[in-house]
Amino acid sequence: MDKIPILRMGPFLLVTIQIDLYDRLALNLETDLINMVHKTGARGVLIDISAVSIVDSFMGRILGNIASMTRVLDAETVVVGMQPAVAITLIELGLSLHGVHTALDVERGMALLQTKHSLDDEMAGDDADDTE
Amino acid sequence: MATSISQLLKNNKSTLLDGWIQKQLTNESLRDDLMTNDELRTQSEELVNALAKSLTDENITQVDSSDFDEVFEILSTISMSRARQGFSPRETGLYIFSLKEALIDLLQQKLSENPTELFELSQKLNRLLDNFGVLTFETFIKGREDVILRQTEEISDISTPVIQIWDGILALPIIGTLDSSRTQVVMENLLQKIVDTGSSIAILDISGVPAVDSLVAQHLIKTVSATRLMGADCIISGIRPEIAQTVVHLGIDLSNIITKATMASALKHAFSMHRLAVKRHETEKKGF
Repeated sequence: MDKIPILRMGPFLLVTIQIDLYDRLALNLETDLINMVHKTGARGVLIDISAVSIVDSFMGRILGNIASMTRVLDAETVVVGMQPAVAITLIELGLSLHGVHTALDVERGMALLQTKHSLDDEMAGDDADDTE
Repeated sequence: MATSISQLLKNNKSTLLDGWIQKQLTNESLRDDLMTNDELRTQSEELVNALAKSLTDENITQVDSSDFDEVFEILSTISMSRARQGFSPRETGLYIFSLKEALIDLLQQKLSENPTELFELSQKLNRLLDNFGVLTFETFIKGREDVILRQTEEISDISTPVIQIWDGILALPIIGTLDSSRTQVVMENLLQKIVDTGSSIAILDISGVPAVDSLVAQHLIKTVSATRLMGADCIISGIRPEIAQTVVHLGIDLSNIITKATMASALKHAFSMHRLAVKRHETEKKGF
């Protein structure tokens, strides 16, 4: 059975979806990811969907769910590399994914997570915010 | 013994052509401003030649016969070129029907002593040439439709230009009414361009949109949401006072979209998002 790898990059988790998701796979990803966030105490999750060309309402909902669930665990979710056709489909389905951050590519997504991470540290009044 | 129509036609080709040209020249609907008489003559000669070549006693009743392919082709070329030259459909139709008159005149001369045969042949010829006439109309309309289709494509192409105005900033001025099919084109173009250029800000300028109703606003919100999903920010600019009034009166919520009154202020906002600053030189450069 296929499994989508979840990579750890410092305080963040990186998920690259290289195949078209089917329902079971998406559900498994959701569970795995939330467990991983809980286990590692990650502050951000980056999901790269640049290779995904087909989405349906279920997929859209899973993405929204992942974002909401990670927020409960105090982590931000950034979805990157969405293809134009996928974006149009999601909009036509009425899923504008509020609460999910987006970025054009992995690099910018990482930068976004980093700024959010350091902002959080500042808000916590941490003096040593330059130490990871 | 029945007279052979094809033989008759072949033997009297030049008489027929002269008669036909004469008819056209004396007709008051002659458009020598659009076409010279020499051109007309060459065109007519070509048609008569093709007709004489392909018409036989058997196929005169079978219009669909492949023998007439050449004639059809010439007819199509004639009506296409006439559609482009600006002839009216009536003039083009009359051109073909005048050939019928010329042909029947010819028959009348040759078969005056045999009325039965004259009648039969005339009827057959009538039917054949009526079909030619209809075909001419068909191609004439097709020629016009081609022109319209090309223009429609051109309009939809020029009406949605996506311009890169700065590194990472795209602008899309929308001119004309925004309906669902155009929104689709606008959205696709914009999103594709975002991917191609890796831009993170898109400015949607609606100063050229005559009116914004709830449907148009819906389309705008869709476009903005789609850009957001791609990971880019979208600014709507060029909102005229009337549009602001309508939007509020209709109760459309644009609060989670960045809106600016002018393209200039949208660009300024985009610059500040990119942490860019435009600065005037303190002293003019020397040497100028």
